[in-house]
Amino acid sequence: MIYSELKNIDEILKILKENEISLIICNGCAEACKVSDEKSIKEIELKLKENGKNIIGKLKIDFLCSKNLIVRKVSRNIEILNNSSALLVFSCGIGVQCVSDIIDKPSYPATNTIYLGGFQGLWLGKERCAECGTCYLGITGGICPITFCTKELVNGPCGGAKNGKCEIDKEKDCGWVLIYEKLKKIGKLEILKEYQNPRNYKLLEPSSQLRKKVYYDIDKNEEL
Amino acid sequence: MEISNLQKKLKEGKFVITSEIGPPKGTNIQPHIKEAQHIKEKVDAYNVTDLQSSVMRLGSLATCFLLIQNGLEPVFQITCRDRNRLALQSDLLSAYVLGIRNVLVLTGDHTILGDHPSAKPVFDLDSVSLLKAASDLMNGKDMMGNQLDGKVEFFLGAVVSPCYEPIELQLIKMEKKISAGAKFFQTQAVYDLKAFENFMKKVEQYKVPILGGIVLLKTAGMAKYMNENVAGVNVPEKYIKMMADAKKEDRVKVSLKIASELINGMKDMCQGIHIMPLGWDKYVGELLDMVKI
Repeated sequence: MIYSELKNIDEILKILKENEISLIICNGCAEACKVSDEKSIKEIELKLKENGKNIIGKLKIDFLCSKNLIVRKVSRNIEILNNSSALLVFSCGIGVQCVSDIIDKPSYPATNTIYLGGFQGLWLGKERCAECGTCYLGITGGICPITFCTKELVNGPCGGAKNGKCEIDKEKDCGWVLIYEKLKKIGKLEILKEYQNPRNYKLLEPSSQLRKKVYYDIDKNEEL
Repeated sequence: MEISNLQKKLKEGKFVITSEIGPPKGTNIQPHIKEAQHIKEKVDAYNVTDLQSSVMRLGSLATCFLLIQNGLEPVFQITCRDRNRLALQSDLLSAYVLGIRNVLVLTGDHTILGDHPSAKPVFDLDSVSLLKAASDLMNGKDMMGNQLDGKVEFFLGAVVSPCYEPIELQLIKMEKKISAGAKFFQTQAVYDLKAFENFMKKVEQYKVPILGGIVLLKTAGMAKYMNENVAGVNVPEKYIKMMADAKKEDRVKVSLKIASELINGMKDMCQGIHIMPLGWDKYVGELLDMVKI
């Protein structure tokens, strides 16, 4: 399972400037860790409304890491999505990237994906989540700078990319060129000008509380 | 108050010339210092590269100190590749107490490209956050806000690639570097004067001095290699042909002719030039005799 936690509302409002919002909700891991269960969604909805946001639609999808499921749901709800100026996604970092890849609207993460010490389930698509605990996808057009930039840079590219490819591999796209193109496409290039603080590597050591809460659940269940 | 000759000359609006020393793989640094001394009347400061091309070598900090001891002014290049934020800040404090005042901040090449490809790439900070950390140290605090017992003073610089595509991405990062404290820029090698002129028009608004980059071509093969592999470098066909047509014994002459043509072409567009001889240190003096500055 991929474990995520809700960002606090101030953090969400800092990136979510648009007012016509649709919520894209994952019914998989995110539901299991209670970031996308009904109670959490209701609470966030209330806070969004208090801050002048209009919730146009709510799309619940079983697994946001499955693009087939996203496409199927999207095709039935085109109108809702067309009327939304941004999407708030309740899932791990992979779900946010998949939504952003399929729907050309600003897609913002409502969560931070939390490091559990290494294993993050099986994922065979091109999207990757490093479980960095500081989800950047809202400021990078839904493309992860930690997993798509070889140097894990957060303030823009190094000078090494040639023809849009990374300096270490001519067949590897430069993550920052992808981010630039995506932000340009959705009219959000100005976000790139904001300074990003250095990463917090402390988050790459799971807390003992988390170890107790998440790691051993499965073991305990097996014992029963 | 200007804290270095480089800063003073730029402030006075004088055209500036910097060259570069790439420390050796080993301890044999004296020949490099001697070459630098030969041209000291013509060069304002010498960049010292920080494990260039990710190859393990003699360090930039020690080499900068040796330059100072020999009466030469260094520009301390510091990259984010090999040290975390503690070591980077500590090395900046060390640089200051050793008399280093010019600092050039870079991201750094990836470790995979060098001679220790299995090394851990650090990149804890990036060029923007390292500039900001250096600015914090200048204000008497570390990047966590802790008070320093004795602060630093630096003339901070950064790099930009004028012929990079998409250029807008470079400009956005350049703006961030300026906000983080960069007071001058040295550029990637320029071979296309028209593209450089366009770039200079775009960055005029920032009002920071730009030193145009010059890399001496050694062979036609090197030019082709750079065109294929080095970001932001496009050597035009006419220069490749000039190098290919030159007899082996004339190559240096032709290379210097190309470089002097580029310097003469760009000198009215920018505030200085930065020469990267890549081992051809001994020809920098001759090159500077050929240009009209």
